[in-house]
Amino acid sequence: MGEKILMKGNEAIGEAAIRAGCRHFFGYPITPQNELPEYMARRLPEVGGVMVQAESEIAAINMVYGAAGAGARVMTSSSSPGISLKQEGLSYIAAAELPCVIVNMVRGGPGLGGIQPAQSDYWQATKGGGHGDYRMLVLAPASLQEMVDLVRDAFALADKYRNPVMILGDGMLGQMMEPVMFKDEEVRELPAKEWATTGTRNHPGRNVINSLYLQPDRLEAHNEHLQRKYAQMAANEVRYESVNVEDADLVVAAFGSTARIVRSAMEAARQEGLRVGLIRPITLWPFPEEAFQQAAKTAKAFLSVEMSAGQMVEDVRLAVNGQKPVYFYGRTGGMIPTPEAVLEKFKKILGGEA
Amino acid sequence: MAKVFARPKALADVVTHYCPGCTHGIIHRLVAEAIDELDILDRTIGVAPVGCAVLAYDYFECDMQEAAHGRAPAVCTGIKRVLPDAIVFSYQGDGDLASIGAAEIVHAAARGENITVIFVNNGIYGMTGGQMAPTTLIGHKTTTSPYGRDAAVQGYPLRIAEMLATLEGPAYIERVSVHTPQHVNRAKRAIKRAFANQVEGKGFSIVEVLSTCPTNWGMTPVEALQRVADEMIPYYPLGVFKDIDAEGEDK
Amino acid sequence: MTHEMIFAGFGGQGVMLMGQILAYAGMLEDKHVSWLPSYGPEMRGGTANCTVVVAEQHVGSPVVTRPNLVVAMNLPSLDKFEVSIKPGGLLIYNSSLISRQPGRNDIEVLAVPANEIANELGNDRVSNMVVLGALLGKRPMVKMESIHAALRHILPPHRHHLLSLNERALASGQALGNSN
Repeated sequence: MGEKILMKGNEAIGEAAIRAGCRHFFGYPITPQNELPEYMARRLPEVGGVMVQAESEIAAINMVYGAAGAGARVMTSSSSPGISLKQEGLSYIAAAELPCVIVNMVRGGPGLGGIQPAQSDYWQATKGGGHGDYRMLVLAPASLQEMVDLVRDAFALADKYRNPVMILGDGMLGQMMEPVMFKDEEVRELPAKEWATTGTRNHPGRNVINSLYLQPDRLEAHNEHLQRKYAQMAANEVRYESVNVEDADLVVAAFGSTARIVRSAMEAARQEGLRVGLIRPITLWPFPEEAFQQAAKTAKAFLSVEMSAGQMVEDVRLAVNGQKPVYFYGRTGGMIPTPEAVLEKFKKILGGEA
Repeated sequence: MAKVFARPKALADVVTHYCPGCTHGIIHRLVAEAIDELDILDRTIGVAPVGCAVLAYDYFECDMQEAAHGRAPAVCTGIKRVLPDAIVFSYQGDGDLASIGAAEIVHAAARGENITVIFVNNGIYGMTGGQMAPTTLIGHKTTTSPYGRDAAVQGYPLRIAEMLATLEGPAYIERVSVHTPQHVNRAKRAIKRAFANQVEGKGFSIVEVLSTCPTNWGMTPVEALQRVADEMIPYYPLGVFKDIDAEGEDK
Repeated sequence: MTHEMIFAGFGGQGVMLMGQILAYAGMLEDKHVSWLPSYGPEMRGGTANCTVVVAEQHVGSPVVTRPNLVVAMNLPSLDKFEVSIKPGGLLIYNSSLISRQPGRNDIEVLAVPANEIANELGNDRVSNMVVLGALLGKRPMVKMESIHAALRHILPPHRHHLLSLNERALASGQALGNSN
């Protein structure tokens, strides 16, 4: 076991990635995630790795494509506008089945937006973002310790499924400091990747990394293969945390840093005798539908609290499927919901005023 | 009897999809010969573009990656940084390299990435059906410059070799043509040199090859070759634009 | 007890560092801590603030809108955060730079002439440590030894010759906090 270190979120991600065996990072500056590429630029040369500052987010994600295709554990990071630029590359990476980890420290949008925390890239992350039928695993940590643990898992999951995995944080998680502990042994040997383009001297036959299928039947077969893989991911990889749901009249859905604010509000509500529970999706895709379906049997109402105009609430509604009312409370633009305002919303819903 | 002419080992034994009279076939062969002669096939990784050469990953016997439009130099960068001992090349057309991928080629060159770029310039988008390219000559009629490229409307064609030669990063930049056997031989030397430079760790090397598109130029193959001499070369002069070895000799 | 604190001042007064040292000390005592900076253009020359939570239980929201402790190192910070303090909470302000009296009468107020005390110690730059000491005098949420250990961790080695000065500043502040 390591010791506890007080680290900034963005730097903690970098260290966790290095300990997970990542030696290649391709990035481009954008607030509020700059400490991550800066950390990698400083640290990677110390461990025999390399950080390349690309000419754009587009170039960075395509460097990731090349490096992942060559068999490396590789990462890129950005924040919302930059992640939009990466969508083309992500679609290609998903189609060519290349493992990699992408970090999005979400900021307020749309457009250039702002630099304060937001969660308004939920749809982009979970519903495609780029063109075509593809899925990414999307992991949403709520604390820096969880972020560190999830970065390690993200690399393993990426390799397991040969699929991109996104860490969806926000400006707050990137900038804040909390104690973290790097619990696991450092990864020194990467899993063998017999499909990677490392030169024919390193593997039998010839390897090609590609997403072009000009024959419709072959492209459909490729899509069916991908969909089978996504179904497996959906069946095996759902993660969520559930607190006080069993007796809750109101079940609140919230992820990431918003879930912490909701938790503070929930504890205040419990002290006042209000039966409020929390389901915190840790995987945003696959979404923990079953947890909500189960809760719909006992809860009287649901509420989704987000730093957006209402995105995850659609998945909550799909899961609850009309059985119970689903309400929404959100702030946008980098405004952060306060525990007091969230508590007020609880009271309105439970008092029948919502 | 000794065999004096054979398919290079690096060139796959398949029928290509290229149009009759197109010079991609010649250029593919020159790349394959260079790989054979340097004996690097088993450590070479090629990156195919989007455009006419999109299926190049089927035509070379090395490992290949297919890149998004214009991004081949970034993909090459990713591969080379992971596998510094591999020989990494991109094979790109003018739409791919000089238009949508202008940023990627400039910055890969500026970083002096130790890669080899084969840039095939025929002044038109072939795969998509004959649209104007960033390298389409003034006055040339294409489906998106139906009245002929007019500088006042569509601007001027880009000279990539000259542009990149202003940078410190590249080791070697040459423009060649394949419209006569003599030019093919010179192109062969340039392409081999561009790969040898990478083997020797000299840095970024690019060979711009003037090419034809009989189909979309609306010409016979012979007329098309003649047009390279008459119209292309006057605007895109052949020659070495940068060579760090020659610079060394001068001093 | 959960301490939800905002440290505010102008750039260069060391408010971010004050918060970090306190959070680090809390961590060393296995408390649950978080440190959240304000970030963005306001960090470049204007006012800066950070939110620090030190708790026995897990830290819920790292964002605090109703703190129970505010440190105001300059007047704009007092103007901005005085109103946000929970009734019964504590306001510590730098009376060297702030001439007005705080207006709240439902909170505890401690005036610390931080720059004057720091100057007496020989270096104006440790005014933040004077205030941090005063905070611990009033609210001993972590041990002084932990603060010293945190300082050693956070200050880069080439600044370690300043450790004893910082420790003296902390002690002066603590004495003032204890006696008021």
